[in-house]
Amino acid sequence: MSIAPVNAIDLANVRSQTAQLSIRQVAKVFPGKKDLFSKLTGKTRRDFVAIQDINLDIEPNTFVSIIGPSGCGKSTLLNMIAGLSPITSGEILLNGAPIAGSGPDRGMVFQNYALMPWMTVEENLRFAVETVEPKISAKRRDRIIKEHIQLVGLTGAERKHPHELSGGMRQRVGIARALAINPQILLMDEPFGALDALTRAFLQEEVERIWEQQRKTVIMITHSIEEALLLSDRIVMMTRGPAARIDEILEVPFPRPRNRETIQQHPAYQGLKAEMESHLFRETRAVEAERVGG
Amino acid sequence: MAASHSTPGLIGAERQAPLWQNENVRAFALFMLSLGIFLLFWEIGAKSGWFVKGVPTATETIKEFWWWVTNPFYRNGPNDLGIGWNLLISLRRVAIGYIAASLVAVPLGILIGISPVAFKAFNPYVQLLKPISPLAWLPLGLYLLRDSEKTGIFIIFISSIWPTLINTTFGAANVNQDYLDVSKTLGASRLRTIWKVIIPAALPNIVSGLRISMGIAWLVIVAAEMLLGTGLGYFIWNEWNNLSIPNILVAIFIIGLTGLVLDSLFAALEKFVAFGRNS
Ligand SMILES: Nc1ncnc2c1ncn2[C@@H]1O[C@H](COP(=O)(O)OP(=O)(O)OP(=O)(O)O)[C@@H](O)[C@H]1O
Ligand SMILES: [Mg+2]
Repeated sequence: MSIAPVNAIDLANVRSQTAQLSIRQVAKVFPGKKDLFSKLTGKTRRDFVAIQDINLDIEPNTFVSIIGPSGCGKSTLLNMIAGLSPITSGEILLNGAPIAGSGPDRGMVFQNYALMPWMTVEENLRFAVETVEPKISAKRRDRIIKEHIQLVGLTGAERKHPHELSGGMRQRVGIARALAINPQILLMDEPFGALDALTRAFLQEEVERIWEQQRKTVIMITHSIEEALLLSDRIVMMTRGPAARIDEILEVPFPRPRNRETIQQHPAYQGLKAEMESHLFRETRAVEAERVGG
Repeated sequence: MAASHSTPGLIGAERQAPLWQNENVRAFALFMLSLGIFLLFWEIGAKSGWFVKGVPTATETIKEFWWWVTNPFYRNGPNDLGIGWNLLISLRRVAIGYIAASLVAVPLGILIGISPVAFKAFNPYVQLLKPISPLAWLPLGLYLLRDSEKTGIFIIFISSIWPTLINTTFGAANVNQDYLDVSKTLGASRLRTIWKVIIPAALPNIVSGLRISMGIAWLVIVAAEMLLGTGLGYFIWNEWNNLSIPNILVAIFIIGLTGLVLDSLFAALEKFVAFGRNS
């Protein structure tokens, strides 16, 4: 199932002609503690290879989901794409140029919203817009803010502070803030992970609706098979860590616009779902077995 | 109350019950009761000689208190000032020393908090100087400044700088990583991140540091003024020399009351900057 490194590079070169984002041979090693002091206190820790040999090309205007067992390194990968965490080896190219740190060409939606509690909804968006474009005219700025608040359906809540909003509404603000800077790529790390099932389902459909309007490249991490099938064009399945790799990439052929009912009628739905389930189940079982064994 | 009669059942009952079951009403009643018992004990004790000789009765003290608060601003020479003047003198000293200390402590705390190097470099000073009793600075202040007024302010400054500095440092060093990540993904400059993210995020810590500092400044000024010339501390010292115990009690009460008012101002400010973070 694993792709030999040589083949992977060839494959990457072919695909990267059209790719917006190319991830090439990326690995992440969290350095251990091996200095003298740690040795004396007996607290040495070995280097931890979180992910290794990651190759992935993402074409413009595709919605990609990453799914994998807990702790396999999905967040690590996304943070490297976002530029929040340094790349140990390999490279990540955005439009052919290696990324250098973080930048507003990639917008990020955080699992726990990460809204500034001292700013109102409007101010959270304004902070983002003004940071990215300091010399923006007040008129254009206010129009962008208004449009995005409208896009996520929060009109009327502009002057509220995050603590006055429900979790679902907060994540709407998070999405609006990420989109307001007009990034090339939207990165989402379990954006609905902290929400209850109903709110989650509702927001998934909202994201589907918004995606139909903007068709931005999206990379989303999720634990939910249904969520991945509803939203994505491609689903990247990762193996368990340490040294997690990409196991398989599924193409999701459902026509758009999608909704929960129509995709379940599609002939490929059950097959894809079963394949993802068996993958996740196998990896998770192996993780548990290792935990018991070790 | 009349309206509640028209609403039947539970709601009416819920509205009427509170008067005696309401926590605040009951707390207030308990407060008044304990105060009454205390004053009664004091009055009877002083009249029947339970305490040492010279302890005034409660009524005498209250009368004295009333006289001082109704005549706060008279002036019969430096040793006989109205209590209002003395209060203003003490407050002025506290204000100058405290504001100067805050103006140093907040920016310095932010700088130390955001830079691990600065933290390691300056932490020894803070740890060494923080536990020193404010009054230990008094002789040094008098020697260096040769002026009792300036010495008082200096002592307020040196003793009220630490809580603000330490809390500000803590707040700036422990800003939620998510906020910093947001700022970083947007590509915000260091200055913008400090101004728009780190300072507002640390504000609750800064304000609680300021609140502790204010409490300390008010504690210290009274002690320091006993050795200086004017102010509420000196007033107490002077009345001790006059052996006027009721006046001392009055001054103690006023010091407590002023401290309470100052503290509630900061408590309100703390609420204002919290934005649901600790509610
Ligand atoms: N700063 C760090 N230092 C050392 N190890 C780390 C660090 N951050 C993450 N790890 C390890 O790297 C691995 C991957 O972590 P990561 O958070 O990327 O997993 P994940 O796939 O996002 O998990 P989840 O689905 O639970 O969010 C984990 O084993 C974790 O313990
Ligand atoms: Mg994660």
